[in-house]
Amino acid sequence: MSEFIQQLINGLSLGSIYALIALGYTMVYGILKFINFAHGEIFMLGAFCGLYTAKALGVDAPDIPMALVILLITMIVTAVIGVTIEKLAYKPLRNSSKLTVLITAIGVSLFLQYLGQLIFGAAPQSFPTIIENVSFDIAGATIGSNQIVVIISAILLMLALRFIVMNTKMGTAIRAVSNNLTAASLMGININNVISFTFIIGSSLAGAAGILYSINYPSIDPLMGLLPGLKAFIAAVLGGIGNFPGAAVGGIIIGLVETFTVGYFSPTYRDAIAFAILIIILLVKPTGLFGKKDIEKV
Amino acid sequence: MNKFLKISTLLCIIFSSAFIFNACNKTNDNEILIGEYASLTGSEATFGQSSHNGLELAVEEINSTGGILGKQVKLITEDNQGKPSETQTVVQKLINRDKVVAIIGEVASSRSKAGAPICQAAKIPMITPASTNPEVTTIGDYIFRVCFIDPFQATVMSKFAINSMKVTKVALLVDQKNAYSTGLADNFKQIFTGMGGEILDEQKYSAGDKDFKAQLTSIKAKNPEAIFIPGYYTDVNLISIQAREIGLTCPLFGSDGWESEKLTEGKAKDALEGSFFSTHVSTDDPSPKIQEYIKKYKAKYNKEPDAMSFLAYDAGMILFDAIKKAGNTEGVNIKNELAKTKDYPGITGVITINEDRNAIKPAVVLEVKDGKFVYKETIAP
Repeated sequence: MSEFIQQLINGLSLGSIYALIALGYTMVYGILKFINFAHGEIFMLGAFCGLYTAKALGVDAPDIPMALVILLITMIVTAVIGVTIEKLAYKPLRNSSKLTVLITAIGVSLFLQYLGQLIFGAAPQSFPTIIENVSFDIAGATIGSNQIVVIISAILLMLALRFIVMNTKMGTAIRAVSNNLTAASLMGININNVISFTFIIGSSLAGAAGILYSINYPSIDPLMGLLPGLKAFIAAVLGGIGNFPGAAVGGIIIGLVETFTVGYFSPTYRDAIAFAILIIILLVKPTGLFGKKDIEKV
Repeated sequence: MNKFLKISTLLCIIFSSAFIFNACNKTNDNEILIGEYASLTGSEATFGQSSHNGLELAVEEINSTGGILGKQVKLITEDNQGKPSETQTVVQKLINRDKVVAIIGEVASSRSKAGAPICQAAKIPMITPASTNPEVTTIGDYIFRVCFIDPFQATVMSKFAINSMKVTKVALLVDQKNAYSTGLADNFKQIFTGMGGEILDEQKYSAGDKDFKAQLTSIKAKNPEAIFIPGYYTDVNLISIQAREIGLTCPLFGSDGWESEKLTEGKAKDALEGSFFSTHVSTDDPSPKIQEYIKKYKAKYNKEPDAMSFLAYDAGMILFDAIKKAGNTEGVNIKNELAKTKDYPGITGVITINEDRNAIKPAVVLEVKDGKFVYKETIAP
């Protein structure tokens, strides 16, 4: 039983990171109807931004206010990077076919991976301890405070996102644009601003996910975004791409399934199981768990 | 027409410059070319960097004493980025383009196994400084090594676990994609259970994984007295941190793949305190040869050498010795002389190459103390 609880927490903390990345995929898809494959690299850049910010601020020992500052700076930097990518790579292709944009996204992804190797070096680097990790026992299971921090931060960020999307003017605009881009622009909504804002939100969430991931797994390298990015993409498809609660639930499910596969079955299937889920979902329910044909997309 | 002229001029320039560069690369008659392939970048970058430094010292030393056969030794180094596929490309390049007479490489067994068949087919002798998987030298009679092999390393750690750590119930965490790790784990299981030990659990991971908590949680449920992790330092660093986070407090022990200054980076410094691993040489060893080497290494690179650099230095020196005895740079002659190496006084011990082209040498066990590696004991073959 204690082993089960421990695996459950392991899976939840991994899953909430996938959920944060998946939200970025889903938001961009909701508005622009294409998969931003460079999103996993924004996650990687978030981790490196955290590392260099910590170095620049001289953070060596655990320090909660400093950790928040690092998180904030990283979210701002990744938001700027996300918007820049959108302006330089995707905006000129706004009226081209979806396939062109998709291939461009893959190109941007590879470009960032190899640029990262050039700038940061290919060898993994150790991420500093910015939050003290305390282990405590619950029903025989040992839970690290890091895992709880990750889960709670992810929930808070998702609630903030929900508030922005449901209760602000910009959120209403995002929902309008995702419903029908042309109609929204005819109603006087500035499409470019909405798209930029979507990239700001999505990229800052990916940046935050990069920091949370590095707190839990403190070894970062320029190719680290690849697999979590793909898994988060699967999570977004699983939840119904374009659907906001769907991405969150999809992320948690992928994290749990992966952890239980490794813990109780075999680690050989860790990555295979996620892709098997993708294939099954596409065969059985292509709209995903929460996707309906006419759902209000975000 | 104008455009055609422009393009053809451009092509002329490209081809002629390629020719000029190629001409520069031509073998100089006063040089002996030695090839090296190493993981200068990638996830085990310190393996390649250390062995490269060690080999560079060996080359410098031989050249300062007049070289071999009246010629200077020139080292051509290629980075394989820690990838087996890249290894094949760079070894082909060393043999076919650079026309090296012998090759030194690699530390990681899976990469040595990728490079060895190409050297064997081209009849170019290859010496691996630190690949311990037995299958590396069985690839052919041109492949040698200057270190011990994994069945011996498994015996060392089995003995050490039972006699010094006083543990009999052990769990294994193995890198399933890595020939070094799986081979060592198989040997360890066999020898450890043969000595009366018990394997409670065997979990697997793949190099490059970041999340090991699921495997470690399963191991924790079995309650072992120690965990044997025959893996590379990058993964062991993360594993140790996560093991402590989920409340696994038992000691960890491993093999020479742990040998890197990066092993104890970050939080792993505390997580690995009191862990043990077997390796080839200890910098605490008072032997004058070792201390003199450490001094030279520090003077040149401004840091402490690790076992990989010691071994690469020895690999280089044994190769130069064999070329000297062969009297020429024919692959077959160098190979025959290498095979005859007996009681060579290397810095990592007296080296004798046996009929399987492996070196027979003692191993040392180091303890991690305050982020440093401290000598614990020597176990002879």
